[in-house]
Amino acid sequence: MKKEILLGNEAIVQGALEAGVSFVSGYPGCPSAEIGQGFLDVAKEKGIYAEWSVNEKVALETAIGASFSGLKSLVNMKSFGINVCSDSLFPLAYTGTKAGMVIVVADDPSCWSSAQSEQDSRGYAYLSRIPMVEPADPQEAYEFTKLAYEISEKFNTPVILRITTRVAHQRMPVQFEGVKIENEFLKKGEFVKDYKRFSTMPPRVLEMKKELLEKIEKIKQFAEKSKLNKIVGCRTYHNLGIISSGVAYLHVKEALEEMNLDLPVFKLGLFYPLPEKKINGFLKPLKKVLVAEEVDPYIEKEVMATVQKSNLKLEIFGRELVSEIGELNQEKIKFALSKILRIKYKKPIIINSDLPRRHPQLCSGCPYWPAFSAIKKFSPEGTIFGGDIGCNMLSGVSPHNIQDYLFSMGSSVSIGHGIIKSTSQKVVAIMGDGTFFHAGIPALINSVYNKSNILLFILDNRITAMTGHQENPGMGKNGMKEDSPMLKIEEIVAACGVKNIKVISPDNLKELDETIKDFLNKEETSVIISRKICALLEKRQLKQQNENI
Amino acid sequence: MKTFNIIIAGVGGQGLITLNNIIAKAALNGGYDVKTSELHGLSQRAGSVETHLRFGKKVYSPLVVAGKADLVLGLEITEGMRAVRFSNPKTIFVVNDNYISFLENISKKEIEKKIKSSVGKNLRLVLASEICEKELGEEVVSSVYLLGYCVFKKLIPLKPDSVLKAIKEIISKKYLELNKKAFNLANSHD
Ligand code: SF4
Repeated sequence: MKKEILLGNEAIVQGALEAGVSFVSGYPGCPSAEIGQGFLDVAKEKGIYAEWSVNEKVALETAIGASFSGLKSLVNMKSFGINVCSDSLFPLAYTGTKAGMVIVVADDPSCWSSAQSEQDSRGYAYLSRIPMVEPADPQEAYEFTKLAYEISEKFNTPVILRITTRVAHQRMPVQFEGVKIENEFLKKGEFVKDYKRFSTMPPRVLEMKKELLEKIEKIKQFAEKSKLNKIVGCRTYHNLGIISSGVAYLHVKEALEEMNLDLPVFKLGLFYPLPEKKINGFLKPLKKVLVAEEVDPYIEKEVMATVQKSNLKLEIFGRELVSEIGELNQEKIKFALSKILRIKYKKPIIINSDLPRRHPQLCSGCPYWPAFSAIKKFSPEGTIFGGDIGCNMLSGVSPHNIQDYLFSMGSSVSIGHGIIKSTSQKVVAIMGDGTFFHAGIPALINSVYNKSNILLFILDNRITAMTGHQENPGMGKNGMKEDSPMLKIEEIVAACGVKNIKVISPDNLKELDETIKDFLNKEETSVIISRKICALLEKRQLKQQNENI
Repeated sequence: MKTFNIIIAGVGGQGLITLNNIIAKAALNGGYDVKTSELHGLSQRAGSVETHLRFGKKVYSPLVVAGKADLVLGLEITEGMRAVRFSNPKTIFVVNDNYISFLENISKKEIEKKIKSSVGKNLRLVLASEICEKELGEEVVSSVYLLGYCVFKKLIPLKPDSVLKAIKEIISKKYLELNKKAFNLANSHD
């Protein structure tokens, strides 16, 4: 056994390697990026295959191919990634896996580094009927990853490992086996044809659904006995108990200690399927229960249903005391417990600094500085600016303030297309190179095909920067740092049918001025590729060169 | 010992996470349980960042809640000020007297006045950047200097040996001497 301080994400990598993973795919996002990167950094040394895929749907499908060929796989993504890959996630539940597969999804309660929405991805477990485990800290992240592979192999199902920012980016001393890992990928898999198993063609698909429902019943039985779910504490006070999961459990433990209480706590490590009988047994002797869960009240609803079904006389506390918005902490739990137990709650006195926010900013020397100011200056009054995901979403904050809408990867173009079709206004969509490869291409094809005169500004900084500088298809290097074909954005854009294309350096203001004005008067879709390397990347490359000399 | 709560506050890119890792390792070396929580991504782009660090006999939650910090390590004065919401009348503030401007209309003087009046006698404004620049020619190690200041002044319940060991374990060979020097330099200043 070894003991080291590990980040939650590092603990997942360690657990998966020990479980024998040999195929890893994913798309970088915050707070999950260190998982994919962790595998890529050791891939060559450990003899595994790892890649940054072009988006999460592709990543999942890639891993499905590996699983069907008999290799243990792991897919990593942030919360919204599961939306992108859900199209293949659902049929995957039907076919099941062959070799073990774990899908890591990292949510970001409080939206520390996420635009879009405060998504609680646990809902996908119900939608797709895929078992989901939820660790609370790095130690559990390590253990649950290994257990997730056990469940996956035992039941031929993918397992979702759902984490949140405070698990992914939590550090603690982790005990791990640290056995010498030799996963030896080296194309040792074999795809054995089995149409009945891998093809969801109807009418087979409905049989598959039946098989899936039976499988979930079996996993429910397993959940009743699994050590992933545990009860701690004793029954000493007011017949109150707590049900919790994920990092919320740590806040519960902390709150109980600070309040000097020893209440029974049911900690759910396996979120789906829930161990109904065990929960029932836990609730029976209680008069009150607090469901302490972060973001959406999924467990609370399940508990309500169980209580109703079994006719238990029990008061359930949850949402009215624990907010649905933002992450939890021990103080919020203390507040809830004090209310339930009618103990006086001493609110800590908080002094506010009332300082204005220090917004995140583009790095100094970032090529987006001149690009944003050119777009702002040279577009006519009233132009609508569509934002997209990546460093370029900072166009929405001061001093740029050019962002009229912001949604999801690639959406700047399609929403702009809709606006153009509905109005006579001009739209400029602003998107980075990584996002263009991820989801921008179909949107661009659509606006060409359906004849929209949007101007798409692709800010090609030669890397996927925001999430910590990961390789993308425009770079001529893949995630494992091997040389690979360099895809030229201007060629892709041309192949999409765009006639008005220009590649301009963001420092060439004169040409930007002329081109923006020219393209905004066109009848068809136009694209300006503003190309200049990310300043941070350039600095790093220079440093590396110096060190090599 | 009651759990010791630290907030490290600074601006993205100032090396908060390295400092966080050194303290965490030092706490482990000192025989404590430890948990930390940090943020990556958007906030790392020169925005405000804070990391939470807790050590003691047994630590559950990785978060320090408002009003509960024992020590605030401010790597920059505005961010040190921003962390007052984590403080109570007993919280010690060790703040680098270094200002990274972010809005035209707020001067360092104003921030200084603000932090002095909110924190009062618990504030230690330390010329970490200036001293490191002058004596070592490197401002980047000012955060390690600040840590040295806390350790030698006994503002953090960790022994110099545990911290030095942690520095050795975490900092790459190339920068090790520099970091050790910065740490020990804090011992020779008052
Ligand atoms: S990481 Fe690169 S692209 Fe992002 S803000 Fe910094 S310089 Fe610009």
